[in-house]
Amino acid sequence: MMTKEPYWHSVRLERDFCKGCTTCLKQCPTQAIRVQNGKAKILKERCIDCGECIRVCPYHAKKAVTDGFDKLSDYTYTIALVAPAFLGQFSKTEDCDLILTSLLYLGFDDVYEVARGAQEISKETRELLKGGELMTPCISSACPAVSRLIAVRFPNLIHHIIPLRSPMELSAEAARREAVEKTGLKPEEIGVFFISPCAAKATAVKDGVTVKETHVSGVIAMKDVYLRLAQKISTIQEVKHLSSAGSIGTLWATSGGEASASGTKRWISVDGIDNVIRVLEDMEDDKLTDIEYVEALACPGGCVGGPLTAENNFVARSRINRICETLPEECGGIHQEIPRAWDGAPVYRPVMKLNENLETAMQMAMEMEDILERLPGLDCGSCGSPNCRTLAEDIVRGYAEETDCIFVTRERLRELLRHVSEHHIELPNQD
Amino acid sequence: MVFHYDVDGNDFTLAGEISSKVKKRLKQLGLPPEVIRKVSIAMYEAEINMVIHANGGAIDVEVTPQAVHITFADQGPGIPDLEKAMQEGFSTASNEVRELGFGAGMGLPNIKKNSDNMTIDTKVGEGTTIKLVINIA
Repeated sequence: MMTKEPYWHSVRLERDFCKGCTTCLKQCPTQAIRVQNGKAKILKERCIDCGECIRVCPYHAKKAVTDGFDKLSDYTYTIALVAPAFLGQFSKTEDCDLILTSLLYLGFDDVYEVARGAQEISKETRELLKGGELMTPCISSACPAVSRLIAVRFPNLIHHIIPLRSPMELSAEAARREAVEKTGLKPEEIGVFFISPCAAKATAVKDGVTVKETHVSGVIAMKDVYLRLAQKISTIQEVKHLSSAGSIGTLWATSGGEASASGTKRWISVDGIDNVIRVLEDMEDDKLTDIEYVEALACPGGCVGGPLTAENNFVARSRINRICETLPEECGGIHQEIPRAWDGAPVYRPVMKLNENLETAMQMAMEMEDILERLPGLDCGSCGSPNCRTLAEDIVRGYAEETDCIFVTRERLRELLRHVSEHHIELPNQD
Repeated sequence: MVFHYDVDGNDFTLAGEISSKVKKRLKQLGLPPEVIRKVSIAMYEAEINMVIHANGGAIDVEVTPQAVHITFADQGPGIPDLEKAMQEGFSTASNEVRELGFGAGMGLPNIKKNSDNMTIDTKVGEGTTIKLVINIA
């Protein structure tokens, strides 16, 4: 098992590429970015690794830190743990066996489909839901960015998250156990590498917040794998029969997939982080009274829309749908006795809180309102905070000044000039 | 700490906006999640009531270290039979309103359920004032 850092983040800034524009600033769903001295800065307590900034940055200055292929050599036996979205990446083929076999050419000894774990989680969810054991509407625990969003912004919804492990974690443990039986090697000699569509999964493996212990040895970006395989895949002659997942698990790659396998018709499928926030707001106000299952995915279209995928999410979805028509509904699930339950709910992290002391917080909040009155309300981001309200917040927290607002500064300069001309004050010579 | 809001009558799309704003502010104050939950549910219901029955009104929220006090005041038709209005499922909302998914008769009972103290002062033809207290500790 790996040691974990509490605030490890996959999403990072490439300082040299950053122009200090305000694109990422305004898209960040937790207001975790500021621009200071012409460069973006990610506030690590707030970042949920959704990867929205990676998606929108016009200068590619945001990247996701994942593992390289060199890490494979740390293990005697390696397994590619394949997210179902991977099957939708190739224009040349929809043959699952071929796509999975191609991974063996990259140095992996075996492959294991996460769709198998997904099928098990679907089954478990159906049973829990049917047995009335879930707080409804329940929220799928599959998307780590959504779980972290809930942990920082929606503390009241933490208990609505389904208390099951992610398909990735369940599959990783199953894959390792299977390999131990097959090879006789020790568990630590087996490397299980997740082929990931997103940064959030990389963080889920490495941070100390999402899961306490992980069975994933490393996370490799799907686009890195794609780059090595795009040309090679059509030259592969000997195709092994490796596909062992059914459509129920594979459809988790696209939005609506896991929800439709939840066993209730009262489900909604929400994709894209802004839409997720809107629905969670409503849920917090008790408005979703006729809904039982909420599939909430941070990326547009679901995992196929992840920032580390190679293909656009619409095309990938079409391919996944076609592939699923050829698969049996259920297939090789996970038969080992492995816990399906998670190792604990996410912990509320009140990062928006102004101060530990309520009275101080109230004073700061009032001061914030006063400052906000003086700001122009344009939410232009030129000050380096995402909007006027956050600038007011940054000012009361002591991280910014009112004159960071260019409109406030302009107004003050005008006043100064007026004062100078009205009182016939002579300005010193410039030369 | 006091916040004042005016509720626009007859616009369902705006209903809920104020409770959402208040929720954000209470999160910044770091109030316990359970308090925030009660406030936002009670406020949303009361806001909807104001829009459906009273053509809008005003909301005042006062936060003290001990409790959140909310006052909803409108100049609407008033509640003729308060006892009935407090029963779950009782509603005088129009069909048009019901078609929008409101008016299920859960408003007042739900507001009461999500507060630690509720007082209603209503006069037919003059209006209604509801005062809520939600304790912090």
